Amino acid sequence: MTTKTDLAAGLEPERYELHTPVSVIFESDRRGFFKFLGTGIFIVCAATKASALQESGRSGHNSEDNLPQEIDAWLHIGEKGEITVFTGKVEVGQNIRTSLSQAVAEELCVPIESIRLVMGDTQLVPFDMGTFGSRTTPVMNLQLRRVSAAARDALIALAAKQWDADAAHLTAANGKILDSQTNRSASYCDLVKGQQITQLLPAQDPLIPATQWKIAGQSVPKVDGRDFVTGKHRYPYDYKLPEMLHGKVVRPTSFGATLVSADTHAAEQMPGVTVVRDGNFLAVAAPTTADAEKAAASVKAEWKSDPQPSSQELFEYLKKNQTPGEERDSAYETGDVQKVLASSGHKLNSNFNISYIAHAPLEPRAAVAEWNGDQLTVWTGTQRPFGVRSELATAFHLPEEKVRVLMPDTGSGYGGKHTGDAALEAARLARAAKRPVKLVWTRLEEFTWAYFRPAGVIDVTSAVNADGTITAWEFHNYNSGAAGIRTYYDVPNQRIQFHPVNSPLRQGSYRALAATANHFAREVHMDEIAASLKMDPLQFRLNNLKNARLRAVFEQGGKQFGWVKPRAAHQGFGVGGGFEKLGYMATFVEVSLKPDTREIKLERVLTAFDCGAVVNPDGLRNQLIGANIMGIGGAMFEAIEFQDGRIVNNLFSKYRVPRFRDVPPMDTLLIDRKDQPSVGAGEAPILGIAPAIANAIFAVTGIPLRSLPMAPQLTAQGYKFS
Amino acid sequence: MPTKYALRINGQNVSVETEPDASLLMVLREQLDLTGTKYGCGEGQCGACTVLIDGRSVRSCLTPVSTISGKSIVTVEGLAKGDRLHPVQQAFLDEGAMQCAYCTSGMIMSAVGLLNTRENPSDAEILHFMQGNMCRCGTYPRIVAAIRKAGAAGKELVR
Repeated sequence: MTTKTDLAAGLEPERYELHTPVSVIFESDRRGFFKFLGTGIFIVCAATKASALQESGRSGHNSEDNLPQEIDAWLHIGEKGEITVFTGKVEVGQNIRTSLSQAVAEELCVPIESIRLVMGDTQLVPFDMGTFGSRTTPVMNLQLRRVSAAARDALIALAAKQWDADAAHLTAANGKILDSQTNRSASYCDLVKGQQITQLLPAQDPLIPATQWKIAGQSVPKVDGRDFVTGKHRYPYDYKLPEMLHGKVVRPTSFGATLVSADTHAAEQMPGVTVVRDGNFLAVAAPTTADAEKAAASVKAEWKSDPQPSSQELFEYLKKNQTPGEERDSAYETGDVQKVLASSGHKLNSNFNISYIAHAPLEPRAAVAEWNGDQLTVWTGTQRPFGVRSELATAFHLPEEKVRVLMPDTGSGYGGKHTGDAALEAARLARAAKRPVKLVWTRLEEFTWAYFRPAGVIDVTSAVNADGTITAWEFHNYNSGAAGIRTYYDVPNQRIQFHPVNSPLRQGSYRALAATANHFAREVHMDEIAASLKMDPLQFRLNNLKNARLRAVFEQGGKQFGWVKPRAAHQGFGVGGGFEKLGYMATFVEVSLKPDTREIKLERVLTAFDCGAVVNPDGLRNQLIGANIMGIGGAMFEAIEFQDGRIVNNLFSKYRVPRFRDVPPMDTLLIDRKDQPSVGAGEAPILGIAPAIANAIFAVTGIPLRSLPMAPQLTAQGYKFS
Repeated sequence: MPTKYALRINGQNVSVETEPDASLLMVLREQLDLTGTKYGCGEGQCGACTVLIDGRSVRSCLTPVSTISGKSIVTVEGLAKGDRLHPVQQAFLDEGAMQCAYCTSGMIMSAVGLLNTRENPSDAEILHFMQGNMCRCGTYPRIVAAIRKAGAAGKELVR
């Protein structure tokens, strides 16, 4: 568990990351699409299988007829020099449109303004599983760099041919090819004029090393930022079509309820209203939102449901309701934990409870659906446009090529927009109304009918030698998930197991998945061991850690934070770190305690992060600080309360999320490893804040905090957290 | 009963016909296609729907359209003068004070409302005034920096 390879192998598939099976994905009119774009240069990046074919000898120029069947990305340079890049990745605020544009601009040697990214339109872009798992930077950024480098080489070859020059003397810069021998130059648009070249990505393509980057590696601002500060950008919630109706679903009174009866007579009498009852789906469409609300409110529906567990009994329920037969899914064992635990004189056991929390994206789910015969087009905010296409095709018994999903840049997701609920609802209504239908969720619907970050129970037992060497580590996670469950500390005897549970609430992906819960339990337990040995928690970690990059974030972060500085009596320091989604992170927190009022305050936060060669330092800092701020919510006060199949705290007035005043001064330390591949940063930075806060409060109060969120326990013990 | 209302929005007189209890947010978005003003919660908790009414920042989701006849309403679409962005808009760009940016128009309108009443506000005043605006991506420190910057640059009143 100490080498990079071992850590990477620990990236287990996540049970709650919602995958779709990869199927045949190419529409029959793909060739038509290439014709639609007109003349120019196409560079096509093939996925693994096609690359293998290509490596076996079928490389070089290809006609449209033998394009590979699986393509990751492609790029087109048009006659006017316009560069269009097609990718299935989507923009949900992680600013990937900007960092991918940087990758293209760098390798293609063009100004960033000349690039347009077409993202998440299932008719125009190559198949993509979805934007999750922090895969865009390590995979798509690299693919686009390769495609762009190939395009640059194709332009050089074209110029060499046109000028009868030696390609070795030709260079690309600022959208032009230059011949250093003759000083002749030509712009890309002049070169591609009248050409129609389709080229498969060569197997070997030298990329510009990060040490020589001029556009990548820079703090480029959000590429279309102006559209957002002027209100011009249209999110899915803002989409609109001519003749469009507005939909409203009549929701069940509780989870899992079945519709017994529905009196829709009054709604049907209202002008322009369409009512749909299809199984348990009951909804209306009307000319305006107000009309739709009125019509929905007039429906008298009777629902029947079964008794369900509530949040009060949640943790007991999770331990008692494991899914049978699945316990061994992610069991990991090395050495002999039982034997060492039985014989050790210094053992510790801690139990952790993790609440369900909501993503609460500021833009709730929204979709506009339009039928043209049996062809369905949907605009919606989702992290998986192809997954939603699949859902729609299944729901309406259509072949996938009859469904087009478009994803305008969306008001965030955090793992919460993997499904196409609003898309399905809008499409069902649109089919009945024979008009386009827009369906947007209210905040209450978003809090109730979306899915949640899984709740969990985690049990940790460890044994340690007097010198601070951990000898045994047993770790059981019930329900919250397997992501980040393995320890990166070097322990000879381990037993680590994930226990799936039949969850009482609908649950799914969330930024960093269960890695947050698993890091919390692991890193808090580390401090408890250190305290039992009267050792410094940071030093204790380093004593049990060999991985050089993880050591670096702990050591360099600690140095910048001032970990070794003498602390005042009511000042607590805490640290939490780890490795996840290929990124190495450590977060340091200072808290203060006012002894008279027992008020605990977050004073400052520092996160040290290593995600390889940094593509956009300012964008990365934005992600690091944003993740920490979002993480404060789950760490301190966010928890979904539910009873009788209903969410109790289903509005922002009842569910506290971080606001301006919750944010202490925040600092970042970027460890820019230009010798390492660039990896993602949207998720891993959220992991350290909860354990770091818990450990800092433990340091100053002596109270172990083993629940997420933590504020309720502090309140119960007479402390105030502000 | 649908009623006609004469409104002044972004310097233009417009007439809408709607129920008296319809929210300004709904009228802006659905009738006037001014979608820069966002829905986030419908209960005045998130600030995404903030607009200016006679220069003060107001939650349009809780403002019945029947209460604002004759008043001057400014939305995010009405801030820039031609190609020139309002200093607050420019400061948000300069500070990179956004991620998904769904909260941005509400943040900007609240900030303009603050600067309309308070020249060069302190950080404490900014935090106090902006507490009702929510950013789920957590760009708060950058938003504070942007407002500080626009505030220090001097006042550009918007009524």
